[in-house]
Amino acid sequence: MTTAFYIFGAIAIAATILTITRVNAMHALLYLVVSLLAVAGVFFILGAPFAAMLEIIVYAGAIIVLFVFAVMMLNLGDVSIEQERRWLSPDLWLGPSILSAILLAELVYLLSIGDLGAPPGEPVGAAAVAARLFGPYLLAVELASMLLLAGLVGAYRIGRILDERTAERTSSAEREPVAAGADAPQRVEATAASVFAHDGEGE
Amino acid sequence: MSVVAMLFFIVVLLFALLAAAALLTWVERRLLAWWQDRYGPNRAGPFGILQAFADVIKILLKEDWIPPLADKPVFVIAPAIVAVTMLLGFAIVPLAPGLVIADLNVALLFFFAMTGLSVYSVTFAGWASNNNYSLLGSLRTAAQMISYEVFMLLSLVGVVILAGSFRLTDIVDAQRGMWFFVPQFVGLVVFFLAAIAETHRLPFDLPEAEHELVAGYHTEYSGMKFGLFFLGEYLGMMLSSAMIVTLFFGGWLGPPFLPPIVWFLLKTAFFVCLYLLLRAALPRPRYDQLMGYAWKFLLPVALLNIVVTGAIVVATRSPAEVGS
Repeated sequence: MTTAFYIFGAIAIAATILTITRVNAMHALLYLVVSLLAVAGVFFILGAPFAAMLEIIVYAGAIIVLFVFAVMMLNLGDVSIEQERRWLSPDLWLGPSILSAILLAELVYLLSIGDLGAPPGEPVGAAAVAARLFGPYLLAVELASMLLLAGLVGAYRIGRILDERTAERTSSAEREPVAAGADAPQRVEATAASVFAHDGEGE
Repeated sequence: MSVVAMLFFIVVLLFALLAAAALLTWVERRLLAWWQDRYGPNRAGPFGILQAFADVIKILLKEDWIPPLADKPVFVIAPAIVAVTMLLGFAIVPLAPGLVIADLNVALLFFFAMTGLSVYSVTFAGWASNNNYSLLGSLRTAAQMISYEVFMLLSLVGVVILAGSFRLTDIVDAQRGMWFFVPQFVGLVVFFLAAIAETHRLPFDLPEAEHELVAGYHTEYSGMKFGLFFLGEYLGMMLSSAMIVTLFFGGWLGPPFLPPIVWFLLKTAFFVCLYLLLRAALPRPRYDQLMGYAWKFLLPVALLNIVVTGAIVVATRSPAEVGS
């Protein structure tokens, strides 16, 4: 079990480093998914299968898919790859790296002096998590749901404004004759917008 | 089960699933033909059953072409993801008492994790192909699958409330008195519709709707890479059917004149055929109709189902039972 833990940990760290250093956004997201899966494996080994599954369903299965979705809509090309490459210059990552190194040194120091306490306890099942959430931590759950509700209302409002704009843009785009093959990226964008513009006017 | 027996079981299950997926292509064409008053593939072997093998050989020998403008590594990985996640999904399906690879206490969540990860196959395939049709197809898929995943999860909360566990063997055992499709009929309907959308089978196959998107996300795929998408789709259909049977129709339970595994396989085969029949019977909705239906109808229905089920369980059972 310990070996598996270290393997998962190593994969998670390597994948996360690769996520940061990739210049292609899609490749970075692919590594991020691998990293999340490895973290889920770590959770599983530490006796938290419920957290492990939520990690995959919520993060890998939903949130990162939305990232991928956004990257596909943005139609990033060579320009953004160049930009990313410039962002990865040493004078930009040196400062954060020193801070992280200090944190790492601190962590290693703490691990080397004190005993780590008891090894991971008994597995925490789904029912135990639920009992805690809706018992002592009920207030936190309610606050989080209120935050989500606020986010939902905000997204609805912003989405409505955008909907009207895209509808205008699409109708003007439809009037223009489409030049064959000349400007493929822009056409993808326009078509994608028209594909989703239908969403709002469902009935 | 000992380790050797378990490995043997895993290998047998893998081969059985792959063979079943290949055979299912033939079954689908024969059944479709039957419902449409045609013959279907009936030449190769008895009832044309060798057609499946001929197709497998053909698809393996086809030229495997990667477009020069494609993002090669992602293009190659994408079809493998759907096949692997769908095969992994079968690890938690109990075929009979004791006959399950991983009897996890979070089995149901594992199923969702695997269906959630299979979205990447389609999105990465569409993006890596560097083709407008592929990109549009995968954009549609990402939106469709994320949306329907929500209702898929919500539709099963009622089952979990009644069974009191995420473990699939517990859920089957909890159906000894009554199969869950009676108290959870609403959940069944929502889950069934969501499962069609998740596996993007007809009539919800908008991501690959050929009349507007050529072949959607797999336009650029050929040879066995395309075969893997195909495999993933059929495996997904079988996995959804197996889950419907396990969650709503008592899994391996049945009158004792047949062994449990036969009951399970028979029920699963029935739902696979139902999937095929839907394809023959229903027209494709428009994309906005599909999404509007999901968010404006299925979501409220699924939430209402949870509230009503929870209220009934709290009202009828003693607090000790609910808490357990």
